[in-house]
Amino acid sequence: MKTVILEAKNLTKVYNHTKVVDSINLQIEEGEIFGFLGPNGAGKTTTILMALGLTEPSSGEINVFGYNSTKEPLKVKKVTSYLPENVGFYEDLTAQENLKYITRLNGIPDKKADKKIEEVLEIVGLSEVAKTEVGKFSKGMKQRLGMGAVLVKEPRLAILDEPTTGIDPKGVEEILELIVRMSRERNITVLLSSHLLYQVQKICTKIGIISQGRIVAQGSIKEIGKSLLKDEKENLLEIKVANKLTSTIMESIKKIEGVMEVEKKSPDHSLEEIYIKYFREE
Amino acid sequence: MSGLKVVFWKELADYLGSRKFLILFIIILISAISIVFILSQNIGEYSSEISKDYVFLNFFTISLGALPSFIFFVSFFGPLIGIIFGFDAINSERSKGTMSTVLSQPIYRDTLINGKFLAGFATISIMLISIILIILGLELGVLGIVPNLEEISRIIVFFIASVIYIGFWMSLGILFSIIFRQTTTSALVSVMMWIFFAFFVLMISSVIADQVAPLNQNSTLEMVAKNENIKSMIMHISPVVLFQEITIALLNPSARAFGISALIKGSNLLPTPLPLTQSLMVIWPQFVGLIALMLICFAVSYVIFMRQEIRAT
Ligand SMILES: Nc1ncnc2c1ncn2[C@@H]1O[C@H](COP(=O)(O)OP(=O)(O)OP(=O)(O)O)[C@@H](O)[C@H]1O
Ligand SMILES: [Mg+2]
Repeated sequence: MKTVILEAKNLTKVYNHTKVVDSINLQIEEGEIFGFLGPNGAGKTTTILMALGLTEPSSGEINVFGYNSTKEPLKVKKVTSYLPENVGFYEDLTAQENLKYITRLNGIPDKKADKKIEEVLEIVGLSEVAKTEVGKFSKGMKQRLGMGAVLVKEPRLAILDEPTTGIDPKGVEEILELIVRMSRERNITVLLSSHLLYQVQKICTKIGIISQGRIVAQGSIKEIGKSLLKDEKENLLEIKVANKLTSTIMESIKKIEGVMEVEKKSPDHSLEEIYIKYFREE
Repeated sequence: MSGLKVVFWKELADYLGSRKFLILFIIILISAISIVFILSQNIGEYSSEISKDYVFLNFFTISLGALPSFIFFVSFFGPLIGIIFGFDAINSERSKGTMSTVLSQPIYRDTLINGKFLAGFATISIMLISIILIILGLELGVLGIVPNLEEISRIIVFFIASVIYIGFWMSLGILFSIIFRQTTTSALVSVMMWIFFAFFVLMISSVIADQVAPLNQNSTLEMVAKNENIKSMIMHISPVVLFQEITIALLNPSARAFGISALIKGSNLLPTPLPLTQSLMVIWPQFVGLIALMLICFAVSYVIFMRQEIRAT
């Protein structure tokens, strides 16, 4: 059995008498890319902030590497990197200077840090703008610098809160690729929050679905998918028509007794995939 | 390096390299230089106002026609300088999203606010020291006046008082930058506080005093004294008033008391200069008051900041 890196036990957070996070239990094991899924306001960010000791739980506890996040936040933050929802940098400092501030706050000696920063900027593709003020960066560049900030302190756990919001599909692909590489090459455990199912499906080894502060499903996508889609699969029928699917055909099928719903199926390729292919070829 | 040192140096570099520091520095420098030069050209005209024992200090206290004195400058514009340094300290970090990045590093939350306070005080000190040194240099160079030891000690105490005074306004700005999420709000409220303490407190104090102890033609001296006491009590909640009294006593060695007691005792009628230790005796309550106000601002900022949510919304 693998070691448990992050563990929440009956974790609860109450804001204004509503349970925003409602006694959740979570376990993330070493080496996993854990997808933390849920709609807006489900409580993802709140859980993450409690994991980092930046917000106190109302009850229950959350441990990272065996340290209680509330009682020993420094030990947790030493080995954990965090990419906030809307990551921000000091706009009048350069990319390099921003990362340097982070390495200094982590007590990494300057000499070692300089090398590390150079390496990280290379990885996230910002070497050429290392000496440019972050104020001149695009949203996508800032997000990549955010990934650089995650990597530069050599964490063992990376918590990424919606790392792909506001980024074009090509940028999304790059960041997802980076996350996978980070996990494989550096053995960093990843907790990734998102509400974009497609992305999560692509890279996550385990997922947890949170809704209104409660975990409604947890496990690998296969497991969850099986249990969720089982009864649906049993009463679905696919029909292919010879020429064009007209509304008269659909109407007549619908008239058959026992048919509940008739729906036009969309083509296999999603718009997103087409978009990416288009930009790759350029 | 410890986290506090890292934050301190980063914030200090930010302050010293910022445009607002440069602009403020140039404005103060130009006014200081013009005072020295105008004074040096018209020194004959003002000879009657210049005290013979403390020639050097005059350059801080004398106002020349339209041009205000240097201490007026500090007491009037010091608050603005402090506010400019403080009003966006925390809320700009919050709105730009840098705060969660910084606080997710292995530092305690108070490290950020302590580092900001320390860097702010260091910046104010650096600014004031350089300006005082420039004035000293100009006086030495242009006029060939050498300050005596007494004057130098007085200037040092004046410097400390100014740092505390401007530091108070910076702390107030930081406090509002913690309370209000928007920089425009915190700036506006800070400036309103400044206007209140600099102007309205005087009006309010006399209105209240006249309500509590009304005066008329046949009021006794005691009534007048009571009225004055109430007025002065209220006035002394204002750091502007406290600072003005401190500077007057420091840079005007003959001042020995303020308000009604000065009038009754008539002590100001004999302008024999006091030694520094005596002047300090006169102003120590004001000094303590100013330090207390500053500490209150810091303590309240600290407590609120430690309890606040990290998130921008
Ligand atoms: N400081 C706060 N005070 C009161 N309520 C809050 C506070 N912070 C968050 N909430 C509420 O908690 C709930 C959960 O918020 P949270 O940010 O954790 O959701 P989320 O899953 O991250 O959503 P999103 O996908 O939009 O980022 C929301 O309903 C939000 O309004
Ligand atoms: Mg969120």
